Amino acid sequence: MSEIFSKSMARNIYFGGSAFFIFLFLGLTWHTVKVLPETDNSAALTEEVILGKKVWEDNNCIGCHTLLGEGAYFAPELGNVYKRFGNSTEAIKGFIKSRPVNGIPGRRSMPQFNLSEEELNAIAEFLKYSSEIDTSNWPPNIQG
Amino acid sequence: MINTLKYQSQAVAKPYFIAAIGLFVGQVLFGLIMGLQYVWGDFLFPEIPFNVARMVHTNLLIVWLLFGFMGAAYYLVPEESQRELHSPKLAIALFWVFLAAGVLTIIGYLSVPYATLAQITGNEFLPTMGREFLEQPTITKIGIVIVALGLLYNLAMTILPGRKTVVNVVLMTGLIGLAVFFLFSFYNPDNLVKDKYFWWWVVHLWVEGVWELILGSILAYVLIKTTGIDREVVDKWLYVIIAMSFITGIIGTGHHYFWIGTAEYWQPLGSIFSALEPIPFFMMTLLAFGAVGKRKRDHPNKATVLWALGTGVMSFLGAGVWGFLHTLAPVNYFTHGTQITAAHGHMAFYGAYVMIVITIISYAMPFLRGTGNAANRRAQFTEMWSFWLMTISMVFITLFLTGAGILQVWLQRFDDGQPFMVVQDKIAAFYWLREAAGVVFLIGLIVYIISFFVKSKEPAEA
Ligand code: HEC
Ligand code: HEM
Ligand code: HEM
Ligand SMILES: [Fe+2]
Repeated sequence: MSEIFSKSMARNIYFGGSAFFIFLFLGLTWHTVKVLPETDNSAALTEEVILGKKVWEDNNCIGCHTLLGEGAYFAPELGNVYKRFGNSTEAIKGFIKSRPVNGIPGRRSMPQFNLSEEELNAIAEFLKYSSEIDTSNWPPNIQG
Repeated sequence: MINTLKYQSQAVAKPYFIAAIGLFVGQVLFGLIMGLQYVWGDFLFPEIPFNVARMVHTNLLIVWLLFGFMGAAYYLVPEESQRELHSPKLAIALFWVFLAAGVLTIIGYLSVPYATLAQITGNEFLPTMGREFLEQPTITKIGIVIVALGLLYNLAMTILPGRKTVVNVVLMTGLIGLAVFFLFSFYNPDNLVKDKYFWWWVVHLWVEGVWELILGSILAYVLIKTTGIDREVVDKWLYVIIAMSFITGIIGTGHHYFWIGTAEYWQPLGSIFSALEPIPFFMMTLLAFGAVGKRKRDHPNKATVLWALGTGVMSFLGAGVWGFLHTLAPVNYFTHGTQITAAHGHMAFYGAYVMIVITIISYAMPFLRGTGNAANRRAQFTEMWSFWLMTISMVFITLFLTGAGILQVWLQRFDDGQPFMVVQDKIAAFYWLREAAGVVFLIGLIVYIISFFVKSKEPAEA
């Protein structure tokens, strides 16, 4: 870079550019949060779903699974598992309940979490709620 | 032993660097465990389930990189400010606090079920756990904040009365940003979409925002020292680089807001701005090669120069090229949350942040160990071997994961697709190859550690 482009010009681009884009981002965030209820299915946020999110976090399900495409890539996407399991919370509960303690020989295994009936209901409701978030048509198909 | 430090307090960086390397070894070992679990599903099950190994792997990565950044700051800030560190005692105390917090957290992950850990650390009072990369118990997070505040205080009290260079001010800004954005890890709303939206304020705004300031300033410092390039020139470049980081990277956050239930305007916004994010990385490549090409002196530490150039190339490849590959919304629609993401995550983290930390360690260690301005020739030769082993194996890890990812997308995401588990079986060969490359990576890391103990054969070296 030549003499015409001085250090103070570079610094001004940094300060000016950063300030502009930080404020733009804050503005967009404000707007995004404002219109969120149109897509985020927050109307379905019952006490049970909220408990379900806690069960989800307390057992680190994200350490093997993705949820809406974020997380780990070791096990199936769960954002749409409610739909993949035929819109059935019972099927989800049944799957989680029936994991063998010592895993399945040779197969990637999911732990037996020994969840209470209340926790099972909650996690299933949470996964149902997740599947009804408007994700702009993602994932491309039911396999997640 | 001759002491070659300009400022005695720079010595506090040494334990930080040693801890960083030690934890790096742990990180890679757990990476290899997971790599094996990918193809041998019940390996170590139920003792170390995959999710536990993953937490250990990623959290160790973040912790050792933070050790590296802090060590870098304690090393270069006194020299840039031309005065001793405000409080070396505080720096050493914080070192032990951070190491204890880190080690205890890892022990916690490995010794009790995660739900038990959440319970005994009181997660219910301020639930922050169970989210990717932010799995640490809330008290660990509070510990991290305390360590960060102590660090910032110590550095500020050194820089403010001292010489202010672009390097130390940019580094300081980056570290402040790191601490500020980490505070969003304490915000965990019940609303999943909102949770995800602000989770990225920690993750994305770190690696594609404020960490780039840390990266740029360390790189600039090392280039000034090793090539004798004019500070005025470097300063100008550094300003433009970090300007581009923020101009592209802030709105670029939108590339994570395509499919999580946020407004659809993020698809064009996120695509366009994140597509420009490779620019600052490319400028770092140009800066590194420009500085070395026009160097005014031949620094005896050739290994450091190699690491610095490597950072320039690999960060551009990993973050820039592999990032661009899947950042446009129509592409990301198919690749989101697949092995493509993992491929990019590995090469970007390695090329940018692992390599810059090794660069500064490589530069600073000879001074910290009192052996002059460079390790002996044989030691450097060994270190350069480790550079090639680790870097090339990381390229292969990335290529194998990319291959796996392309097939995964093809088989699972097009038309009706096949079930996830079925597809994983079909692409297992790529995972075996990845694991093999990972073993070479580990060998490279061992060679790196050995390089610190290689003695010169010649009786006396210049
Ligand atoms: C150690 C890794 C691991 C953890 C942690 C884990 N899972 Fe899984 N999960 C798996 C694997 C592997 C499968 C696929 C099992 C199979 O097909 O045999 C699976 C499958 C599932 C499925 C069925 C998905 C499908 O499409 O077939 C559901 C539902 C599920 N898990 C829910 C959960 C929930 C809820 C949690 C947290 C409480 C959780 N998982 C934690 C590994 C894990
Ligand atoms: C050398 C052998 C290594 C192996 C076998 C390995 C393996 C793995 C595996 C299996 C995962 C989990 C992927 C998933 O979620 O399913 C992972 C995640 C990750 N690893 Fe490694 N790893 C290795 C080295 C490294 C190194 C050196 C780095 C640092 C640069 C690194 C950084 C990461 C990151 C950032 C993630 C999270 C990725 C994401 O969420 O997309 N790994 N690794
Ligand atoms: C050194 C800088 C960078 C690092 C360390 C990095 C690291 C990562 C990691 C670890 C993830 C996975 C996050 C998760 O687990 O969900 C990720 C995702 C992503 N990164 Fe980067 N990244 C960097 C720069 C970039 C750049 C410059 C671009 C764009 C050009 C980019 C584009 C993306 C995209 C689009 C995703 C989302 C992938 C998905 O949809 O699954 N990254 N990055
Ligand atoms: Fe990003």
